[in-house]
Amino acid sequence: MAEVINKATRESFGMALCELAKTNKDIVALDADLSGSTKTAMFQKAFPERFFNCGIAEGNMISTAAGLAACGKIPFAASFAMFATGRAYEQIRNSVAYPHLNVKIAGSHAGISVGEDGATHQCCEDIALMKTLPGMTIINPADHWEMMAAVKAAVEYNGPVYLRLGRLAVDSFNDPDNYSFTLGKGITLHEGNDITVIATGIIVKDALEAVKELEAQGINARLINIHTIKPIDEDIIVKAAKETGRIVTVEEHNVVGGLGDSVCDVTARKCPVPVTKIGIQDQFGYSGPAKELLKLFGLSKENIAKVVSDIVKNN
Amino acid sequence: MNSTEILELKKLACKARMGAIIGTYNAKSGHPGGSLSAADIFTYLYFKEMNADAKDPKNPDRDRFVLSKGHGCPSLYATLALKGYFPFEELENLRHVGAMLQGHPDMKGTPGIDMSSGSLGQGVSAACGMAAAGKLDGRDYRVYTVLGDGECEEGQVWEAAMFASHYKLDNLCVIVDNNGLQIDGKVEDVAGLCNLKEKFEAFGFGAIEIDGHDFEDIEKAMNAARECKGKPFAVIAKTVKGKGVSFMENQVGWHGVAPNDEQYKQAMAELEQQLKETEEA
Repeated sequence: MAEVINKATRESFGMALCELAKTNKDIVALDADLSGSTKTAMFQKAFPERFFNCGIAEGNMISTAAGLAACGKIPFAASFAMFATGRAYEQIRNSVAYPHLNVKIAGSHAGISVGEDGATHQCCEDIALMKTLPGMTIINPADHWEMMAAVKAAVEYNGPVYLRLGRLAVDSFNDPDNYSFTLGKGITLHEGNDITVIATGIIVKDALEAVKELEAQGINARLINIHTIKPIDEDIIVKAAKETGRIVTVEEHNVVGGLGDSVCDVTARKCPVPVTKIGIQDQFGYSGPAKELLKLFGLSKENIAKVVSDIVKNN
Repeated sequence: MNSTEILELKKLACKARMGAIIGTYNAKSGHPGGSLSAADIFTYLYFKEMNADAKDPKNPDRDRFVLSKGHGCPSLYATLALKGYFPFEELENLRHVGAMLQGHPDMKGTPGIDMSSGSLGQGVSAACGMAAAGKLDGRDYRVYTVLGDGECEEGQVWEAAMFASHYKLDNLCVIVDNNGLQIDGKVEDVAGLCNLKEKFEAFGFGAIEIDGHDFEDIEKAMNAARECKGKPFAVIAKTVKGKGVSFMENQVGWHGVAPNDEQYKQAMAELEQQLKETEEA
């Protein structure tokens, strides 16, 4: 078993960006006065001439990134998920997505695990917003190793990418020696044929612990990690639907417009099965410690295990 | 610039205006007013100022142009066609299904368009990004962007202005097509901008106010922009919305309405007369 690394994915993002920028001179970074939080400050320190602090002006940051991309740069524009995808949504749509420019948008402090800052800063709509944009790739890495690989994949891919970063430090569960990241491909983390759990982001580890506990109770749940929400891996979802007949999705995002809806879209078209969505149930968050909030919103291994177990036992 | 050159530019601008009328007439939509006001500026940029080669539209060392007021594209398209980026006849297909010329500039589909634009305020930011990229790469290209004066009500314009000045983008030239009118009326009645030149200066720009229909004035401004070091430059070009077509001049109603058959004939006749007079001069 690989060593467990306890690190926020935003930290891993900053590390990966610095590492990749050593050899790729086209990488530039932009921030909107949150570089200490989004970790582009690490990039600024290493490559000051390639870093642009835009000040608290997210709209300008995104369109400026588009101009940099139009001249061959690979810009990473970072802010909190709320302001990057919310405030600057229309700039992303018209300056980046419409001309399909090679801009990478890093939205940190996504979900309710922002914690104490409360609802105004807890963005549970970013995936939904980005999903509506034609040609946008959405990646939501689950741990340190996945984020490191995702940033590399984002650089290698030519086109707009939304990368979701978390504030909260989380334990890694992937083994770097056996881990491989393919854009658009889900990863089966646990085999099982009774039911399938499909999870994304920093909550995947809790889902993994939940399915392991369920196994001890005699419930064999399959667990799929969807790091790329768009384009989504339809094959792995259809196969799971056919083989297990029911699905539970888990995401730290509004169940309206998130991973669950993407899964439902696939199953409705290709293999209709009941889907239960664990996530933020179309409501705003509130202040509190991140871990407490995750529990209160049902994003815990205990709740995931309970929901799955109830479905299996009652059907 | 000698008088022959000026006459040549006048002829080209006249043809660009005709292109805008042909385009909007055939499209039965579009924005003639702001196309006509900016036509002299486009003409000067593409035929006198910018390093732009229609045969090599992606050259990394070329000067860039972003039409931040994207709706003014009919006369820009005509200018690009006159420069040789695509046949002038494409104007007849403007805004038609499957046409190369979209209602607002599309960098993916139209040769010579350096940036997609149309949502006001965004083009000037993209121009900042292009200017910053040029500095990073040590390339000496320049970046030009044309804004509407109404567009300057967008907060993003001033976000971009702060950025341009903070990063000392002296390879950026912002030109405001200051025709004084926007969709809902006079700019000063809708949401007054006060003094645009002073505003840009306060944001750290070098700035000049000119007659945006006088080629010698435009040349003076472009030279001042090149000479301005360590900071970006803004040209407040006083223009007449609808310039060149008598019944469109200074009329708010001609912001986003296409000419009908009769108006088309009259507009073209006026422009042809102006062309003839220029050719005979």
